[in-house]
Amino acid sequence: MIEVRNVFKNFNEHRVLDGINLTIPDGKTYVIIGRSGGGKSVLLKHIEGIMKPDSGEVIVNGVNVSKCSEKELNALRLKIGMVFQGGALFDSLTVAENVGFGLIEHQRMQGKELLERVEESLCMVNLCGIGNLMPSELSGGMRKRVALARALCIKPDMIIYDEPTTGVDPITADSINVLIKELHDKLKVTSIVVTHDMRSAYKVADRIAMLYKGKIIAEGTPEEVQSTDNAVVHQFINGLADGPITETLEPRSVLDKTQKINICP
Amino acid sequence: MMIALEKFFIDLGNKAMTFLYFLGGLVTLAGQTFYWTFVPPYSRQRIFDQAKRTGYDSLAIVVLIGLFIGMIMALQTAVLMQRLGSEMYIASIVALSITRELGPVITSLVIAGRVGAAITAEIGSMQVTEQIDALETLAMNPVKYLVVPRFLALSLMLPILTLFANIIGIFGGYLICVYKLGISSTMYIKIASDAVLYKDLFTGLAKTVFFGMIIAFVSCFEGFNVEGGAEGVGNSTRKAVVASFILIIAADCFFTALFYFIFP
Repeated sequence: MIEVRNVFKNFNEHRVLDGINLTIPDGKTYVIIGRSGGGKSVLLKHIEGIMKPDSGEVIVNGVNVSKCSEKELNALRLKIGMVFQGGALFDSLTVAENVGFGLIEHQRMQGKELLERVEESLCMVNLCGIGNLMPSELSGGMRKRVALARALCIKPDMIIYDEPTTGVDPITADSINVLIKELHDKLKVTSIVVTHDMRSAYKVADRIAMLYKGKIIAEGTPEEVQSTDNAVVHQFINGLADGPITETLEPRSVLDKTQKINICP
Repeated sequence: MMIALEKFFIDLGNKAMTFLYFLGGLVTLAGQTFYWTFVPPYSRQRIFDQAKRTGYDSLAIVVLIGLFIGMIMALQTAVLMQRLGSEMYIASIVALSITRELGPVITSLVIAGRVGAAITAEIGSMQVTEQIDALETLAMNPVKYLVVPRFLALSLMLPILTLFANIIGIFGGYLICVYKLGISSTMYIKIASDAVLYKDLFTGLAKTVFFGMIIAFVSCFEGFNVEGGAEGVGNSTRKAVVASFILIIAADCFFTALFYFIFP
């Protein structure tokens, strides 16, 4: 179980997380939605212990990640698979070396056993037999799936996805959604998905929370979120240009008033 | 006037803070690197790969530059020595100046430009594409994985490259002295070898171990601190090369003074 308790985080004078409280139960797929640059990825990095909160606590499987030792944190990290937005595959390593990174570095696994585990993980994401390719030879969708294979290879209890469908075509996006759902059903892992793709959110979520201005402003099942009367949530999930979110944005109001836009030739 | 003065002091304060942040960051990174160097498991393959990139792959350019430096030194010294009628001393001046100063410093500057810039660009690109975060999520300390092999490779390979630069540089002087100035081959070798003492060779090579550390820490530090995209990588690479150059020259000044008093 993941508990985020009253977490605050500032970057210079900009408050990104403003007293976040969140409980994510085991075995569920929990989707966090919100605008780009709204602090969703920052929240994930707090759960992974890559960032420390200015105040508050993040407790993952009973371990306080903001206060534990590096050894405890590393032991915890080996139970959490993370899929980064752009894949974050290591450019200098082959796909197989990327996928087997955790096993090679921490379990000193090698030879046939390693190859089998790597191939098994690649096949789970429908990419059998591409272990010898370099990351630069892969498409955007393939990179995301290899990143997922890397997360799966350490047999995690929990998988964190940072915008898994961003930057890929709709068909690939849907295949990634199907994959997330299949893996969740098959492996019974806890999944946390950060996205602003509502199609993806409805497809994979057991519960959805919306992050807005550093706070969780709504939380519930997909049906509950869809039927909310919160104007901010309503505007976001329906993708409307006008509403309370855009009314508070400075650049748009300035443009509306002045209409002075310089277009470079 | 007051506003301009205020702006001047604010800028000065900001620059001082940036410099202190840089120095603090370098010291912290150096401390972490020394710690992780001795924490097992050790990856010999990563160290070997970096040593190859730093040493073997840079050998050709170091040799070429060493040869030119030796030839230039001989020609420049010849102008004065011919006036004084002391051409014999060209060999000793070339051999001494290359072994004590030019070989170590020029090689270090070349490696700072070639290898240091590549390190910053590589780590910087990893930073902006979240590969450093990915290392952490896979329970791998980025200093151990990225900095330690580069630090060891640079500290070990720079003295070896310098030794090559020294030999080739003295050979460059030989080419000019023997084929242009008419000094006999045996005479050049004898005068050059008599001029260079073990302490000259040792002090020259010892400095490069520290220059290697400077290049490694500055390049890695700037790489980790890249912000933004391609522009950020470019800026950090430029900063890393400039800072390495300045610190190498400053450290050379310090070591030259130190060795002057230790080995007068």
